Amino acid sequence: MAVSVGSEPTAHEDHHHEQSFWSKYVFSTDHKVIAMQYMATGVVMGLIAGFFAYAFRMQLAFPGMDVPGFGIVTPADYVSLVTNHGSIMVFWVAMPVLLAAYGNYLIPLMCGCDDMVFPKINRLSYQVFLLSAIVLVASFFVPGGGFGGAWTAYPPLSAKAEYNLTPLGSSLWVLAVALEFVAFLLGGINFITTAMNSRAPGMKMYDIPVVIWMLLIASILFMLSVGPLIAAAIMLLFDQNLGTAFYDPNRGGDPVLWQHLFWFFGHPEVYVVLLPTIGLTADIISVFSRKKLFAYRTILYTAFGTGILSFFVWAHHQFISGIDPRMAHIFTVTTLLISIPIAEMMFVYIATLYGGSIRFTTPMLWALAFIGEFLIGGVTGIFLGASGADIYLHDTYFVLAHFHYTFFPITIIGFYGGITYWFPKMFGKMMNETLGKIHFWGTIIPFNFIFIPLFFLGMAGQHRRIYNFEHFPELATPGLQNIRVFATTALLIMLSFQLVFFYNFITSLRKGKKAGKNPWKANTLEWTTESPPPHGNWPPSELPSVYRPPYEYSHPDREEDYWPQNVPN
Amino acid sequence: MRPIANTRDVTGVPTGRLAIWWVIGSEIVIFGGLLASYLMYRLANPGWAGHAAHTNVVAGGFNTFVLLTSSLFAVLAHQAAEAGNGKKAAKLLIATTVGGLIFLTVKGFEWTHEIQLGYTITANTFWSFYYTAAGLHACHVIAGMIVMLIVAAKARRGVDLHHVELIGIYWHFVDVVWIFLFPLLYIAK
Repeated sequence: MAVSVGSEPTAHEDHHHEQSFWSKYVFSTDHKVIAMQYMATGVVMGLIAGFFAYAFRMQLAFPGMDVPGFGIVTPADYVSLVTNHGSIMVFWVAMPVLLAAYGNYLIPLMCGCDDMVFPKINRLSYQVFLLSAIVLVASFFVPGGGFGGAWTAYPPLSAKAEYNLTPLGSSLWVLAVALEFVAFLLGGINFITTAMNSRAPGMKMYDIPVVIWMLLIASILFMLSVGPLIAAAIMLLFDQNLGTAFYDPNRGGDPVLWQHLFWFFGHPEVYVVLLPTIGLTADIISVFSRKKLFAYRTILYTAFGTGILSFFVWAHHQFISGIDPRMAHIFTVTTLLISIPIAEMMFVYIATLYGGSIRFTTPMLWALAFIGEFLIGGVTGIFLGASGADIYLHDTYFVLAHFHYTFFPITIIGFYGGITYWFPKMFGKMMNETLGKIHFWGTIIPFNFIFIPLFFLGMAGQHRRIYNFEHFPELATPGLQNIRVFATTALLIMLSFQLVFFYNFITSLRKGKKAGKNPWKANTLEWTTESPPPHGNWPPSELPSVYRPPYEYSHPDREEDYWPQNVPN
Repeated sequence: MRPIANTRDVTGVPTGRLAIWWVIGSEIVIFGGLLASYLMYRLANPGWAGHAAHTNVVAGGFNTFVLLTSSLFAVLAHQAAEAGNGKKAAKLLIATTVGGLIFLTVKGFEWTHEIQLGYTITANTFWSFYYTAAGLHACHVIAGMIVMLIVAAKARRGVDLHHVELIGIYWHFVDVVWIFLFPLLYIAK
């Protein structure tokens, strides 16, 4: 492929050399372009999933309403909407944006090399991912509609067309998820080998920025946990289409097997998406406190510990699936244990802030919000990890609110924190701070107004996946219905504030102030090249070497308050 | 064009070898999940021994021998590639591929016979596992053969000789999976 070292990858007018638009933006092997492809696809899928949330929240607040832009939400529509909202948010938003987009963009840049080690495999990874997204979107339009068996796809509901009534949608869903896994296994090989093998000369293990460590650990966790679910997906496809009985209790199968295999992947998966956000939060907090990251090594050891422990908590999703109470007890203990390392990371971040000269830029606000909001998610998880309390709370809106308090900070805050921080590097322009802050508050405040009420609904006994609460007299009281209307109103406000972000994004791209190489005065290697970095990231003769750890801010011997990793002294 | 990133090896392990080991790591958990499920079911269903008795141990044993022999050719191909003899490496890789072909042919006869006797994938969950696990393994054999032919074609021209080692590692892995499948599906009665 023709390579244009030193040219501006974003300049559309660049016709004088060989690369066509197609080879540059569509079939590119450049890790930065692939990162943008992943991010754009993730954002589009996120808009679809957000639209789904709008449709089903409207139905819950105003049952039977003709939802503007969607129409009447039938029971079948409702289950399909919630199923695909969950599936998309986890597999087609959190994974591509946090792991694939940030991983692709940051690993070569922050490790000081010109590209991923296998650029063609990287391109293949995105193409398979795009195919998986297309298969999923196509499944909404087949006869019977999209899959409606919940994003966890428990059999027998997911296995038999007589039950889920979506013979094509359910198989296409499984196929899309399987393709998505293939894409991330291919991408993960690149992430792991690049971070392990291709670091800049002098970059020792403890000189690697935390976000790269976290992306690396997340990729390893994914690779080691997804296998059983791939096996489970094959069995589910065979149950759906060939008439095997892996999950059919009438014919010698066992539906709980799926739950084990699904959650053996599903719980490490939480950490697969959490760790990248934890990592980029660490980088942002250190930069905008102008202070060395507190206890760098402790964060790493904690992340390793979390990763290992995350393989031993999965059955806390199955406390009411007929699990032996003694086994439930063991999983309660491991689940409560895993809150310790995460709590410790939060304390480490607070210790980093302590005594720093804090700058409340937009990315910093997102990073701080991550600590606060994720804390609520973590603390409410304690109730669900304890098997006794979980028996009451299982499958209520309390669970739903809990995991939205984990996944929203992870995915949405993580995405906005990262994009506002690295936007100057990605596009060479500064984002508008005022609009950024309006968008921040317009997202964070309504977010809490959506989900705090749902905790109360859950404690009042409101179950998930019910399409119209009018059919349940105890849950149809005006008091409870008002809470639902309140949450839906907050959702509408939050969704409308996202327009501010897109407006800010586009206007900053066109008219933003030039960013220069290092607008935040940060230490890590990506800030030593042009913004946006050219193809190959640095001229081949100027690839950086590393002389120190990444968080040397406000060093007493230095006149400037930062000390880039690539500066010899 | 090979990126500069691909030429570095901070860990001391060549990048290609590192990558293939991670591929194998992720494959181990795929087969691991499937076989762990099978074992749990098998322990809960002693009656499956009766079904397992209908598998053809002789054919399975012959196939084990064929696969192990093909792995020997893969090792010899690696040795030839290390010595810089691309033509010899290519010939030995083709011999390995022929081993894979014999394996699949025997499997084809076995399955045809079993299906004719009524032991189809839906006959019983034992047979579901039998076809699923062996089928997934066969897919890996086919994929390995295709890649091996590509590597052989390149090695003949003396290009990318280090790929001979990588496909060899993968082939040994496919071999080892069969070493697990054969006793679990065929021998255990």
